[in-house]
Amino acid sequence: MPKTLRRPSVSLSHLIVPLLALLVIVIFNVIHDPSFFSVSLVVNNSGNTVLSGNLVSILNGASELAILAMGMTIVTAASGGQDISVGAGAAIAGSVFVKVIKSGNSSLGLILFAFLACCLAIMLFGAFNGALVAIFKIQPMIATLILFTAGRSIAYWVNGGATPTVSGDLLGYLGGFFPGMPVPTPVFIVIATGALFALALKFTNLRLYVQAVGINSTSSRLNGINTTWIKLLSFIILAACVAIAGVIRVCRLGLINHETILLDIEMDAILAVAIGGNALSGGKFSLAGSVIGAYVIQALTTTLYALKVPSNAVKSYKAIVIIALVAVGSPVIKKLLVKARDSFLLKRKAAGGAS
Amino acid sequence: MPGEIALSMKGVSKSFPGVRALQNVDFSLRSGEIHALMGENGAGKSTLIKVLTGVYSGDSGEIKLGGKSVIIKSPQGAQEIGISTVYQEITLCPNLTVAENIYIGRGKKAFVNWRWMEKGAASILERFQIPVKATQQLAKCSIAVQQMVAIARAVDMDCKVLILDEPTSSLDEQEVLKLFGLMRDLKSRGVGIIFVTHFLDQVYEVCDRITVLRNGELVGEYEIKDLPRVELVSKMMGKELDEISQIASPGEKKFEGEPVYEALGLSSASGVKPFDFFIKKGEVNGFTGLLGSGRSESVRAIFGADKIIGGKVKINGKEAKISSPIQAMKQGIGYLPEDRKSDGIIDDLSVRDNIIVALQVMKGFFRPFSKSEAERFADTYIEALGIKTASKNTPIKSLSGGNQQKVILARWLLTNPQYLILDEPTRGIDVGTKLEIQKIVLKLAADGVCVTFISSEIEEMLRTCSRLIVMRDRNVAGELLGSELTQDHIMRTIAGEVK
Repeated sequence: MPKTLRRPSVSLSHLIVPLLALLVIVIFNVIHDPSFFSVSLVVNNSGNTVLSGNLVSILNGASELAILAMGMTIVTAASGGQDISVGAGAAIAGSVFVKVIKSGNSSLGLILFAFLACCLAIMLFGAFNGALVAIFKIQPMIATLILFTAGRSIAYWVNGGATPTVSGDLLGYLGGFFPGMPVPTPVFIVIATGALFALALKFTNLRLYVQAVGINSTSSRLNGINTTWIKLLSFIILAACVAIAGVIRVCRLGLINHETILLDIEMDAILAVAIGGNALSGGKFSLAGSVIGAYVIQALTTTLYALKVPSNAVKSYKAIVIIALVAVGSPVIKKLLVKARDSFLLKRKAAGGAS
Repeated sequence: MPGEIALSMKGVSKSFPGVRALQNVDFSLRSGEIHALMGENGAGKSTLIKVLTGVYSGDSGEIKLGGKSVIIKSPQGAQEIGISTVYQEITLCPNLTVAENIYIGRGKKAFVNWRWMEKGAASILERFQIPVKATQQLAKCSIAVQQMVAIARAVDMDCKVLILDEPTSSLDEQEVLKLFGLMRDLKSRGVGIIFVTHFLDQVYEVCDRITVLRNGELVGEYEIKDLPRVELVSKMMGKELDEISQIASPGEKKFEGEPVYEALGLSSASGVKPFDFFIKKGEVNGFTGLLGSGRSESVRAIFGADKIIGGKVKINGKEAKISSPIQAMKQGIGYLPEDRKSDGIIDDLSVRDNIIVALQVMKGFFRPFSKSEAERFADTYIEALGIKTASKNTPIKSLSGGNQQKVILARWLLTNPQYLILDEPTRGIDVGTKLEIQKIVLKLAADGVCVTFISSEIEEMLRTCSRLIVMRDRNVAGELLGSELTQDHIMRTIAGEVK
């Protein structure tokens, strides 16, 4: 009996593309400017001794994106679609955060409370997105187009159209450096978020359920999985990531501008998921891949700036990379590859006569 | 009256990787006849139609249309030379008008003459006596009318060969009669019609000839008057009548006690009519009937896979509510679905995950098995069922069909069910595995598990089942036990000759 043809299984091999992309960027930079990755200790404005250099700014700058990419990975895997409202959602989260902070002095308790408040608010919106997808079976991109469109208006309404600033040592520490700590705080927040995901994947069946639903929803239902709830859950998880990313950005800037905060980040987040070797049609997923994808994007951006590419042109260079990556993963190319492989195998079979 | 040969296919073969879908099949269609194309699932009907309409290109063979050899490369190409197809699902545009649907995609001109189009459509509708206005939106017409519009469109495009692929499965009786009227009308105009259906009554009502396929091979071509129903059924299932009567039924078995599972007036949204059913400890019974008879829908209703719209269920005598798979699973019911590929396997996941998934879901979201537990389960069943896989971490999609089926079987055995439903567990898998699965069924029964076993191969059911529920047209047509369990008798019941 002829064996069905085998595709490479998802193990380490899916990390090859993002790691390779990262490697190409690193090699390019090292050749172009050997001092690109040099890290030095400097004393910053607030008198802290901190690490500085392109490497640090890549790790630091990609923080929001890396966190969003993790959440986006779960949504992509479970629903086979993407949430394009994460930027608008971050505007809402940031606005709620600032609104609560403004009501008092920025003590640790209030910051925590403000974070929980904005988390809750944006998770409700996430549940709304999830309900449209899971219950009303609307395409994720179309469903989240609603919040994509309305989100920044809602954020405008939260603070009455103002772009209030927030200040306070603790907020500054969260967006920058804790005294005596040379590594930027957002990097630690990424690590903490990643650890939370790792724990969730270890101590629940999140991975099995999400992958099963993403691969074959009908079959999952027949095995007793509540597919509606899993899709809904994936959007709520992403919403929590949106809240974290939004708060990091507010702390960095010390203000909320609902029009510009994390503008267009959804596209980068989706791109990070794709670069990470995850199928945008759902199914098996790798959070590590997506996080690497996020750093690839940030490294690319930093490289382009280092090459003195005008900021307006950066996007078009990024677009070229996107085209290359998407083309490699497109069904047409895949089909061609599969066809080539099949005819090769058939020929070999015909020649050898063995099974 | 049937005329000369309009279409002939000679020696058509088509293989897919690992499957020979068609092997050297001949088919011919006269103009002015209605020709039924019959066969069970996987017989090759749809492959033959797809080769004919250019969806697939055949590996070998010749197609002649009106005596001339033709090569059909695409559905458009087929339409251009006069072969039109109307599928089960309407492929027209529901939000356009009837007239637009008749003419869409046909003109090469950039502009549309609306008045001319509506007039033309109206005359076509009148010619075929289709009771609808040309300006009506298609979505607002009944399914039957939509189907007739699709046919009218095809015929108006000067088609010589019309293929109707299961056109009646979503129609009610009145609508079917209307459709038959239209088909007879076309026949008298000299159109050759290929009619694919699972409904025997309909075949005998309108068709002139029958071609039967089985396992990708031609069984034969028959005049309708030469082929009684029972013989048609036996030809589709692959048993000659004489041979059939010789296989004796297994001994009668008595099952005592309360039913493990009992349903009263169970019905579901999939269209199965309310039915009663029970099964006792250690019993193996089966649902049989042709495809579309409701046999799969019945067991899906038992498992809560479709929306339940009525009926009562008792588990071990106690009333229970089963309206979703997880509820059924918690009552100790397992279900191996008919369509392994779309409902059974989770193709990218590993063999291990595919084995543990059902038990894991029953255990709960927050209580995952440890890796070593999961691997132990997988190892146990890979060994017990002799599943051939490179490793337990291999994606299930790279296993052969038979081994995939064993994995699904392992999945349910692992849940330790008291009642296991197996819908076509042996379809499309090799003979060796078939026998193994039958043995597993009998062993389960000996261990006190009750099993419902469904198979298109009656012989297989006779070997395993002590009671058969025969379905016809989504109703229970009969229940056979003991001496009634002969292939002959079963086929007569399926064909509707036994009351």
